[in-house]
Amino acid sequence: MSSAALTDTVSAAGVDWHSDEMKARRRARYASDRRLQIYGIIAITFALGFLAILVGSLTFTGYTAFTQTVATIEIDLSTAKVDPANIGEADWRGIVRGALRAQVPEMRRSDERKFFEMFTSSAPFLVRDAVVDDPGRLTGKSSFTIPMADPVDQLAKGAISRDIPENQRRINDKQIGMYDQLVANGVISKPFNWGLFFNADSRFPELAGLAGAISGSFWSLLVCFVISFPIGIAAAIYLEEFAPKNRFTDLIEVNINNLAAVPSVVFGLLGLAVFLGWLGLPRSAPLVGGFVLALMTLPTLIIVTRVSLKSVPSSIREAALGVGASKHEAIFHHILPLAMPTVMTGSIISLARALGETAPLLLIGMNAFITSPPEGVFAASTALPTQIYIWADSPERGFVSRTSAAILVLLAFLVLMNGIAIFLRQRFERRW
Amino acid sequence: MSGYLLAILALAALVMHFVGSARARATQNGASEKTHSRPIYHGLNAAIWTGVPAFIFLLLWLAGQNSVINQLVVASFPGSESLDATTRSLIMSEVRQVAAGNIFKEPTPEIQAAVTHLKSLQQISAIAMVAVIAALMAIGAFLGYKVIGNRFRARHSVERSVTYFMMFSSLVAIVTTLGIIASLVFEALQFFAKVPITEFLFGLRWEPQIAIRADQVAGQGAFGVIPVLFGTFVISLISMIVAVPTGILSAIYLTEYADKRFRAVIKPLLEILAGVPTVVYGFFAVLTVAPAVRSLGISLGIESSPNSALAAGAVMGVMIIPFISSLSDDALAAVPTAMREGSFALGATKGETIRKVLLPAALPGIVGGVLLALSRAVGETMIVVMAAGLIAKMTVNPFDAVTTVTVQIVTLLIGDSEFDNPKTLAAFALGLILFIVTLILNLIALRTVRKYREKY
Repeated sequence: MSSAALTDTVSAAGVDWHSDEMKARRRARYASDRRLQIYGIIAITFALGFLAILVGSLTFTGYTAFTQTVATIEIDLSTAKVDPANIGEADWRGIVRGALRAQVPEMRRSDERKFFEMFTSSAPFLVRDAVVDDPGRLTGKSSFTIPMADPVDQLAKGAISRDIPENQRRINDKQIGMYDQLVANGVISKPFNWGLFFNADSRFPELAGLAGAISGSFWSLLVCFVISFPIGIAAAIYLEEFAPKNRFTDLIEVNINNLAAVPSVVFGLLGLAVFLGWLGLPRSAPLVGGFVLALMTLPTLIIVTRVSLKSVPSSIREAALGVGASKHEAIFHHILPLAMPTVMTGSIISLARALGETAPLLLIGMNAFITSPPEGVFAASTALPTQIYIWADSPERGFVSRTSAAILVLLAFLVLMNGIAIFLRQRFERRW
Repeated sequence: MSGYLLAILALAALVMHFVGSARARATQNGASEKTHSRPIYHGLNAAIWTGVPAFIFLLLWLAGQNSVINQLVVASFPGSESLDATTRSLIMSEVRQVAAGNIFKEPTPEIQAAVTHLKSLQQISAIAMVAVIAALMAIGAFLGYKVIGNRFRARHSVERSVTYFMMFSSLVAIVTTLGIIASLVFEALQFFAKVPITEFLFGLRWEPQIAIRADQVAGQGAFGVIPVLFGTFVISLISMIVAVPTGILSAIYLTEYADKRFRAVIKPLLEILAGVPTVVYGFFAVLTVAPAVRSLGISLGIESSPNSALAAGAVMGVMIIPFISSLSDDALAAVPTAMREGSFALGATKGETIRKVLLPAALPGIVGGVLLALSRAVGETMIVVMAAGLIAKMTVNPFDAVTTVTVQIVTLLIGDSEFDNPKTLAAFALGLILFIVTLILNLIALRTVRKYREKY
């Protein structure tokens, strides 16, 4: 099968092609052809199998975080001595504990501490905030939803098995007994976990949500888009249509290609040294994150825009120039609008990349622990990928499934953005 | 504050646009001579003159005011001439904290005075900024309005402004590169003032955590970069071992054997692998791959660590498959059909054609792709930050933990931003090395790919 063998057979006259020797050679050659095919299929199967395992395992660990075990407790606030003028000052801890205790009347005093541990430790604040929002609840009985603490949540979802020995689980037999009693009382339910989307970060898995991360990512991407979109298009038009061909523009071109391949963590170092160190911009701010992401996406955006400008046929330009348009008019009135669908597609895809970028945001401090969503581009915040990183580092069992759920949310955003890009391309792109 | 200013600027420019085009339309209606520009250009010109100078000024002012105010405040601080840079920045940050209302301890009278000074300076700065911007806007609007007339070449003026903006935009990429080089070199030089460059480049021990507790250890070679580079090399090698054969073989199958429909489905699916954020791969490596690799290592009787080089490298390799695959795809597709058909005409099977003709012909393109992928692997951060180790060890055991340049950069900088301790500065020195290595790889790769494209 080597090339020498091939030429031998060709040059040798009078070969008996039907001899067993030749048949064996043919078989071997076809077999090796098939082998190459099989290797290719194995390679593809490996890559796609990995993708399937990735998505499958994340879905498997993440789907449980979309529900949250809660207790719905009736509290009669008319008997509790709450001053309507000063709701925040009331003894909410006592009120909530009293109401919880009433669920398990025969409980011994010594078990109370373990019992209260089963509910989220922020329960008094949740009830207080609900009452502050709706003071009408003070007059009578109303029901409050209190998330269960992480171990109970895990037990309810089956992640903690009742069969393993008591000293190896984070919830003891007595607590399981009390949990069963609560279930028998009908107060336990597992509704959809809206908190995952509307709560900010928290040390307690049952309260932690992505609101801060999502709005942080939104602000960063907004800043990134506002900067990189006009500058990227302008730079691409200049390089494609106006720039003279000389050493300097060659340098710019090589430079842009290189910049597109610089590791993202280096952009983080740039942001840290220049934006935080020299310009003194606030740490952890989506503004700085947006700047860094804009610098990162610019090269790709310029390259995409140039390609799409190039693909517009020159007859369009010549026709515009022919009827007396200036060069600027030909470009901005005719060529750019025709190139726009591709440019939009490209910029949405680069924004999707920027949304998943983590390392540079870590370096400018967007991995801080922040318990309220940012109110603007200057407020400290996290972003979706950095939130995933923070949660992945958290030891509580509940954060494993929350991390997977956060990843699923991130992937959903990416799929959405790429879907829009593909839709735009198929709907508006022209082929010449 | 600056947000409102921006909004006012935009509004003023918009108003001037309408005013300007209305005036241009009015003058053109009664004119006997031919007009040069359409009214919309007069409007645009007025808007640009109103908004742009003030906008540029606003940006410059915002960028510069903090450092100027800082210097003025520190200079007014009693005895500031004798203080070193560290104490100055400490004082400044305390003053700013107190001014922002975050008082942790009762401030000294000097600090109180500085806070009052700071606040008055900030007020002056704000008033001055608003005044200058208002003046710039007014002058611009006045000139832009005044200049409108039939002879005025408003279109040329607008196009000139647009060209300047485009030239500036194309410079941003250069400025970014310069900014990267400047910041890395500047901080790295400060680092080399504390740790000799020879020790950094040739030292065999990397223990930056010790150096924060006792600075003198830094002088004993705890910042030797060799083990970190070695770990980077091991992990990149593992990822290449996974990615190169898989990528090339799948590219061969997709371009040469697969039918169109199969290719149309499979190729985008493969590309998804490149679109998944790296933090997702990192979490997957920790959650699923690392435990599996560890139990494999233990069952083989090899010393295994929970965050093995193999797990991080393998997952990174999978991430890189699409790069190699699509670049090899391009390279194979670029081989002229004449060569392929010539080989078939001689009686070669498809497999023989691929191995004897296509691959050698496409080799430069494929090598370029592999180098680009290698540069990605070296610079890849999140997977290794989450799945690789922190301790720099010189080991070739793939089941053991090694650390990489990017891991060290991130761990050295997370949660700590004092610019004067060697630990922080070391990250910039590492960043410089990373930048240089990836730059060289990219340059070689881009050149190879381009040369190859010209050949066919």
